[in-house]
Amino acid sequence: MTVLQVSALAIVALCGTAIVLNPSPLRQTLLMAILGFALTALFFAFQAPDVALSELVVSGIALPLIVLSALRRLADQNPEGRGKESSGAQAEPPTQGKH
Amino acid sequence: MSARGRTLLFLVSGTGLLTVLLIGLHGLPAFGDFHGVLSHAITTRELEARHATDYVTALNFDLRAFDTVGEEAILFAAVTGVVMLMRNMREEDHSERRRRADRHRFQGASEALRVQALLMVALLVAFGIYLDLHGALTPGGGFQAGIVLAAGPAVVMLAGRYLTLKRIAPDWMIEVLESSGAAGLVLIGVGGLVFGGIFLHNFLPYGTPDELLSAGTMPMVSVAVGLEVTGALLLIFSEFLDQSLLSSTRESGEQ
Amino acid sequence: MSFLPYAVGAWLFVVGLWGVVTSNHLVRTVICLGVVQSSSYVILLAVGYRSGGKAPIVADISPHSRLVDPVVQVLVLTDIVIEATVAALLLALVVQAHRRFGSVDPSRLRALRH
Repeated sequence: MTVLQVSALAIVALCGTAIVLNPSPLRQTLLMAILGFALTALFFAFQAPDVALSELVVSGIALPLIVLSALRRLADQNPEGRGKESSGAQAEPPTQGKH
Repeated sequence: MSARGRTLLFLVSGTGLLTVLLIGLHGLPAFGDFHGVLSHAITTRELEARHATDYVTALNFDLRAFDTVGEEAILFAAVTGVVMLMRNMREEDHSERRRRADRHRFQGASEALRVQALLMVALLVAFGIYLDLHGALTPGGGFQAGIVLAAGPAVVMLAGRYLTLKRIAPDWMIEVLESSGAAGLVLIGVGGLVFGGIFLHNFLPYGTPDELLSAGTMPMVSVAVGLEVTGALLLIFSEFLDQSLLSSTRESGEQ
Repeated sequence: MSFLPYAVGAWLFVVGLWGVVTSNHLVRTVICLGVVQSSSYVILLAVGYRSGGKAPIVADISPHSRLVDPVVQVLVLTDIVIEATVAALLLALVVQAHRRFGSVDPSRLRALRH
């Protein structure tokens, strides 16, 4: 095994553990993108460029977009929202979201 | 069961699971020592005859194209589920708020974000189209290209031009894009049925390797898959953000 | 040392499962499910690797040279796209659950049902 493969595997294991140990979903999203970069490096080291490109694109673009927009939707939403103002009508300060 | 009880139970059973997994994985051949007969047969005979130079995409869109049809069906069903859930919720809210929001400005983005979005949109769309058309030649193909293409309008949305984007590319247009991608894949398969007797048979001429129009139906399948993935991701993104970006007067106003 | 990829895959699986089991926020559950899925990618690609093998792109090398297994890479590629899609559907369900029950804590959801 090459040095690149060993170090990429170590970083992937570290990122995975860090994601699970972190309490805030917002920070976990950022760590998920970093795990995606580490997995991309690992897949390149395993001679799989097509898979590496797919992992980079999905974990760097698609997943953070989807999770962050879902988190924003959860923050905006009023749970007893039938018949009341339910989205975006609360006076939130612009820096909301730093857990 | 309380949270502490769950954690303790998992510590015991998780250790057991880890041990069993490690013992089981020891039974695999050593790392780097792959003896697969099927892959040897595929790479030395079939793929060379197809005149494709990217074996992974060629497998995905030609030899194992049936799995790709199944995956497209999964993507389609999941996006339909997301849209149904979110639209159900959207219609339950009062619709007059939407009319009010359309007259207001949405939450503005800073100048730096807007300039950067301007630079990135052209780059993303051009790269996405390149990846899509060269699916059978270089690493790339429908899935990657679809997501890169969807990142273009997503960047525009993030830079604050949400309402303008909704006027250029309304919801129904994105839905048509996604459905035509899914239907296009099945139609190519039916074309294989008509012209070759087998569903998803590669019925176009193979051409010379490393040219844009080579490897039969692979570029067409790549384009169909790219269209569907683009439409799917844009639909998901806009369904989640549809009301969050239309805020009330108190926090609106561009800077 | 040649067992390291499989060990990392097994570790990621168990650690991700731990995150799913002990989560107090439904979005945390979805993200840790993503970690579990990435463990399967590592194991699959490690199975298909041939030492001294090159990537299965034959634009500039001969098709008869020693290549890494492409079939396993097709499985992983499909899997990666499905991961993002399933995460999107799960998050739509989380948003719906929050709207109905007022909480994103899995244990509180159970309590509200009684």
